[in-house]
Amino acid sequence: MTVPSRFTWLSRLLHWLTAALVFAALFIGFVMVNSVASYAQLIVVHKTLGVLILVVMVVRVINRLTHHPPAWPSTIGTLEGKVVGLSEKLLYALLLLQPLIGWAMISAAGEPVVVFGSLHLPRIAPFDAQVFWVLRQAHSVIAYTLMATIAAHISAVLFHTLALRDRLIERMTFRFRSKADRSRLG
Amino acid sequence: MAEPSEPSEPPGRWGTARPGRRDVLRGAAAVGAFLAVDLAALLTAINWIGPKRLTPQAFLDGFNKAFGRHHGYRTNHAKGVSVAGWFDSNGNGRELSTAVVFAAGRTPVIGRFSAAGGDPHTADAAAAGRGLGLAFGFPGSQQWRTAMLNLPVFPDNSPQALYDRLAATVPVPGTVKPDPSAMTRFFAAHPPSARALTILKQHPPTPGFADSTFRGLNAFYFVNESGVRTPVRWSLTPLQQALPPSSGPNALFDPLVAQLRAGPLRWRLMLTVGAPSDPTHDATVLWPADRRTVDAGLLTLDSVATESKGNARDINFDPMVLPPGIEPSDDPLLSARSAVYAASYRRRTGENTL
Repeated sequence: MTVPSRFTWLSRLLHWLTAALVFAALFIGFVMVNSVASYAQLIVVHKTLGVLILVVMVVRVINRLTHHPPAWPSTIGTLEGKVVGLSEKLLYALLLLQPLIGWAMISAAGEPVVVFGSLHLPRIAPFDAQVFWVLRQAHSVIAYTLMATIAAHISAVLFHTLALRDRLIERMTFRFRSKADRSRLG
Repeated sequence: MAEPSEPSEPPGRWGTARPGRRDVLRGAAAVGAFLAVDLAALLTAINWIGPKRLTPQAFLDGFNKAFGRHHGYRTNHAKGVSVAGWFDSNGNGRELSTAVVFAAGRTPVIGRFSAAGGDPHTADAAAAGRGLGLAFGFPGSQQWRTAMLNLPVFPDNSPQALYDRLAATVPVPGTVKPDPSAMTRFFAAHPPSARALTILKQHPPTPGFADSTFRGLNAFYFVNESGVRTPVRWSLTPLQQALPPSSGPNALFDPLVAQLRAGPLRWRLMLTVGAPSDPTHDATVLWPADRRTVDAGLLTLDSVATESKGNARDINFDPMVLPPGIEPSDDPLLSARSAVYAASYRRRTGENTL
């Protein structure tokens, strides 16, 4: 089977950058709220990761709206295509929303919002304990929803690549092989 | 390999792949292995499996076992009143810290007097710890929050010791009293806590809230304009006598409220400058009495209110909410307090919402 057409290098870079940041933010978040010893240090990192994700996601939304992704391989039928399209929208929405909710939640607790050690962000919600609680609950619900959605995403790519052998993952990977290897494979 | 015969064949509803059984097994195995690792990582992160960590939830459960479950209140220091006032800085603190609150001038303050323990309806006891939480400049970006106690040192120097103390105070099932031997075992297992008890016994509490000295207890680093980091412990020394305790369950809170309604109460904010040899990680140890102190200004509290929506009830006096110019020390209690306060705040804001 031929190599499917790739995403642009910018799209691929943004994807893997998001993957690394989100992976770190999720697991640091889960650990910190379950550890008295490391909470204070981890939450500082978690907030900075959150604002980085927000910035990267804004760039990604612009990139997605201005660049149409390459066509799917024929192994993705119309039914699966609908699920893939919806899950892509869901991931974009959750990844944009989650940092904003974290930011609003700190604001609603009346606390200063500090990232990168000393950068103070403006408060984006009024001091209100009820608003805080609703946002705090949402932050956890979205965290677990992200875990499930990302697991489904990775599972689908693994199954396509290993069972259906459609080289789906290569749409998103970088080419590190030498020219000789490529001509041999081609 | 399932090579489609016609590359241009439209994918249709199910796609063109017709994988062999071995390929399906290989894909399913890879997906299964990934999901197993992913789930194991998540369960480790949330402390369900793997080496056990001391969690904020364990502290909430510990307090609830010791004091009962009281919905909508703080898990510890459940009984309290909301107060407000201001801080007049004389500018002396700038020598140690760039924090805006130490520049000469006035900063609004919202605070909360409290009694240690998890029962909001407990009868006041002179021996119970008295707390004063303060948020300077709330809710601004330069705000400084602190939760102080009327004690010379903190009773324990690690989260584990604090947790073990809590476990030792849980009443014996069917009674209202803890097992006295549990406390003896606790002090035997935690010598710093035993030494702190000796110091605490040498400093009996004053008659009331108004004449109590409140101390931050944990050390922090103050950073000045030259970037010099100085270990500091802060305290509030009272400028008035307290009314004598009243009779009844609010023996300490009633006189406090009466005094605040009659006029403002004042404390002087003292910054104790630590020497490089002074421990910053151990809140059970007194610093030598000859350490230099800086009088940073005057705290005035002039209004008092029952806890309700929008006042101190809804503020988490998290000791890690610090302005630029004040930094946390290596005291392990700071992270633990921050973590447990956050868990308690989440739970009670929910109970006050639903």
